[in-house]
Amino acid sequence: MTASATQRAIDAIWRIESARLIAGLARLVRDVGLAEELAQDALVAALERWPESGVPDNPGAWLMATAKHRAVDLFRRSKLLERKHEELGQELEAQRALAVPEFDAALDDDVGDDLLRLVFTACHPVLSTEARVALTLRLLGGLTTGEIARAFLVPEPTIAQRIVRAKRTLSEAHVPFEVPRGAELEARLSSVLQVIYLVFNEGYSATAGDDWVRPALCEDALRLGRILAGLVPKEPEVHGLVALMELQASRLRARVGPSGEPVLLLDQNRGRWDQLLIRRGLAAIERAEALGGARGPYTVQAAIAACHARARRPAETDWARIAALYETLAELVPSPVVELNRAVAVSMAFGPAAGLELVDALLSERSLEDYHLLPSVRGDLLAKLGRFDEARAEFERAASLTHNERERKLLLDRARACPRPST
Amino acid sequence: MRFMILIKATKDSETGALPSTELLTEMGKYNEELVKAGILLAGEGLHPSAKGARVKFSGGKRTVVDGPFAETKELIAGFWLWQVKSKEEAIEWVKRCPDPMPGTESEIEIRQVFEAEDFAPSDPTGELMEKENQLRELTESKRR
Repeated sequence: MTASATQRAIDAIWRIESARLIAGLARLVRDVGLAEELAQDALVAALERWPESGVPDNPGAWLMATAKHRAVDLFRRSKLLERKHEELGQELEAQRALAVPEFDAALDDDVGDDLLRLVFTACHPVLSTEARVALTLRLLGGLTTGEIARAFLVPEPTIAQRIVRAKRTLSEAHVPFEVPRGAELEARLSSVLQVIYLVFNEGYSATAGDDWVRPALCEDALRLGRILAGLVPKEPEVHGLVALMELQASRLRARVGPSGEPVLLLDQNRGRWDQLLIRRGLAAIERAEALGGARGPYTVQAAIAACHARARRPAETDWARIAALYETLAELVPSPVVELNRAVAVSMAFGPAAGLELVDALLSERSLEDYHLLPSVRGDLLAKLGRFDEARAEFERAASLTHNERERKLLLDRARACPRPST
Repeated sequence: MRFMILIKATKDSETGALPSTELLTEMGKYNEELVKAGILLAGEGLHPSAKGARVKFSGGKRTVVDGPFAETKELIAGFWLWQVKSKEEAIEWVKRCPDPMPGTESEIEIRQVFEAEDFAPSDPTGELMEKENQLRELTESKRR
């Protein structure tokens, strides 16, 4: 194997093994940051040795054994240090003898629980949302700092800083490495789901830069969601989120035109929708509903996406059902953005005037002041009502608010397409 | 990116003999690992070629040939569809697969699945895609 082939093999092994490695180590050393350093040390050892010795038959076990040795060394050293300082002598010697076999026993435990602990720790509320995202991708997705930085279009040192600070925060706040129980589980699970969906959305409709979609990031989020569904199979909303992501991802190929421009839902070539992902999404909704999750916010959103997925032609879309689902969603998680979406569905089901009424009620909404989709939707409805001058102004305003270059162009095109009154 | 993982047939698999309980159990565990890693999209085992058929194309002619087919090694006994980051990751996962055909030599083949953007070189201007879209619209408007 050439050096670069070995390097690529190591990258792949890291992606497969790193989360379990870090999770197993974190339970031993009770510190996610330290666990990651130990795992990284083992990776560096692999990078040094494997190009000469070849990749071992069971690389995961090799990495685990190496990391475990480092952990034991570290443990011994700190114990020795402690002994010197406190002159505890014999007693600690006995403790050390006890502690080392514990490492082996602990590492043989079911890895599923460890991974779940890692998910909940990485998404702990003491961390900012951005820190949770970065840490989750790093610890669970096996992404490098560089990959995360590229995905979010921020400088690499920013992400590196964010991760270092996140690990320090967890350590300083003495965040326990555990899966919360009862009511806290619910709250924390929603933070985990939010982080995964944020990653997906950043891939699905990039908020900045000149790409409209970054499919790789969607794939990472989908993978995280599927992992989570495997870890907590009885939580309906996890399946709801997976369903939502599978259904949205089924449209990825159709959302981008030949030169990278966005193609809106109703203009998409439905033949390009991925039927495999649609089937997987619909199956995941069924699982969520069977578990009693029909009124979970992600499951409801998935049900909306499913209405589109089931329609072979735009005209077959069940807009009345979509409008009803948005109404349910608005009760569950009231927000102006949901209301805006409901307005679109209502306009499709009951005409642009009915939709415009709902949109106009949102005009005084402070939180939507800089939200480009408000003028964009309003422009669309006004254009349908033949009020082209107003529509043009709205499209122009929407264009000035978006940070996505592709979207800006689309909106300016729409503004230009509004006929001017003939004089 | 997606990969099709093809399990090649062997003499044994072509006899239609069912896999042993041990192998089924091991494969079940492996499949569970794939699901838990979030990479498994689909996968199935296939009946022997004796139950299959081929349709041969030659100019305008179509000839149906019933199985079984002779070139056992080139036949497929099962497949998975995975979503992974690289070919190397797919290789690493395949290396973790239990021996699919115990007691005989066998092979698993890894092939990348085409994505829309892969066709860009044959369609540099996007004209073909555009035409396809127009065609669809036309057929759809006729149907209406």
